[in-house]
Amino acid sequence: MSVGLWRAMGLVLRRDLALSLRRPEQLVQPLVFFLIVTTLFPLSLSPESSLLRQMAPGVLWVSALLAALLSMDGLFRGDAEDGTLEQLLLSGQSLGGIVIAKTFAHWLVSGAALVLVSPLVAMALEIPVAAFPVMMLSLGLGTLTLSWLGAIGAGLTVGLRRGSVLLSLIVLPLAMPLLIFGANATDRAIGGETAAGALYFLGSLCLLTTTLAPLAATAALRITLE
Amino acid sequence: MNVTGFWAMGGYARYVWPCVALALGILVWNIWSARRHHARALASAARAIAMAGSERA
Amino acid sequence: MPTWFYRLASPPYVYRVAARFAPWLLAGAGLLIVYGLVDGLAFTPPDYQQGDAFRIIYVHVPASALSVMAYTFMAVAAAIGLIWRIKVAFAVAAAAAPIGASFTLLTLVTGSLWGRPMWGTYWAWDPRLTSELILLFLYFGVMSLRVAFEDPSRGDRAAALLAVVGVVNVPIIHFSVVWWNSLHQGATILKLGTPAIDASMRWPLYASLLGFMLFFGGVLCLRLRGEVLQRERLATWVREAVRP
Repeated sequence: MSVGLWRAMGLVLRRDLALSLRRPEQLVQPLVFFLIVTTLFPLSLSPESSLLRQMAPGVLWVSALLAALLSMDGLFRGDAEDGTLEQLLLSGQSLGGIVIAKTFAHWLVSGAALVLVSPLVAMALEIPVAAFPVMMLSLGLGTLTLSWLGAIGAGLTVGLRRGSVLLSLIVLPLAMPLLIFGANATDRAIGGETAAGALYFLGSLCLLTTTLAPLAATAALRITLE
Repeated sequence: MNVTGFWAMGGYARYVWPCVALALGILVWNIWSARRHHARALASAARAIAMAGSERA
Repeated sequence: MPTWFYRLASPPYVYRVAARFAPWLLAGAGLLIVYGLVDGLAFTPPDYQQGDAFRIIYVHVPASALSVMAYTFMAVAAAIGLIWRIKVAFAVAAAAAPIGASFTLLTLVTGSLWGRPMWGTYWAWDPRLTSELILLFLYFGVMSLRVAFEDPSRGDRAAALLAVVGVVNVPIIHFSVVWWNSLHQGATILKLGTPAIDASMRWPLYASLLGFMLFFGGVLCLRLRGEVLQRERLATWVREAVRP
């Protein structure tokens, strides 16, 4: 009995979500990291409002980036260690479809969760509530893009012992344009100006990675596993 | 052409000459590094062949 | 396809041919670079705006052009290796990486030294400078990834994939001065129409640029021999090559 592509992807998605939700502490850790790292900046620099206003977008985005990267290593590693990944490769199902499903499931519990927590962090940085919609939209697009980039990095490094450091090294240069436009969008929203340009750019980056990254991530996995 | 003027580079000497020096340095490094890399690969290959030869002996 | 094209996939052939080409490429490079630098540094008239500081152009522009060309070259070699599974292509990509990285570093430092008198700052987070910095990080990423694997052939393939993924940065570097308001000067040479640089300054620049390109070719040949040897250590033809 052969399972169709959509059905297979749906099954992988449900499985990964179920596995993640079984370990809630692993979901919460990056979010806590996000909160803690964000507070490090006003603590170490100055809690003065004018300074906070200037650095808030950057601090928010750098912290979100690092928190998202932290969890990226786990995308394939768990399955690689217990042999599930090889089974998926051998299953005859489209590896690309599996990668898409896994990455999306991963984003739902990491990136999307970051977006939901971001208002809390934003309040700590004295970002006005009016800026929240743009901020959350930009973070949503940004974390999704990052998940796709992270999938490429994870695919390349999952077999390595100190893979997580190398993963960050690989993903961060590729993620820099993301950071620039995401922080810019948030900055403009705080200032009351239109963030449309930056958001469009983020959107196109997201679209580009969503279409091309799965190809690269799948190729990366094949290189690692075969 | 004024020789002292040449070295002074219109006052910009401390920007121009380090650039030239660095450029020449990087060119030299590239050649040196490539040759060293080749020499090491040769030595390593010679060792591998010697070991393979001695195993069969 | 002509025969020499197929021969390029053969490690012993490439090993021999690289040895023959390298001295010529390097000699040509030496002549052109010496001419370009001597003429550019000593004999061209100073710029009416920048004075003698503009002479940094004779190292900065060739270095930056090569930093980008080397990466594209590496990415193409990597893609060839991945698509047609040609091992020599991976050796070429591996050889190109450190050369390109060194040129990128040269670009950033000479650019910084040029920026200080011109813009008043050693660094600015503007699109072109930032994307060139990203290029340096990409080079490091590719080189680090290659050596992180115990199996060298796996390392080759992983690094090749990363090189191809990173090539999106190349058009960004080139077009960044067009797409965004940048501190950095726009395209003056590599654009359609007559170059926007004065004739008296042009020729040493072209010479220097061509010289750097030949230099890249020559050093690539030198490095390629080591890379090919590394990958083919246990092959029979190597015994002949290694014998003193």
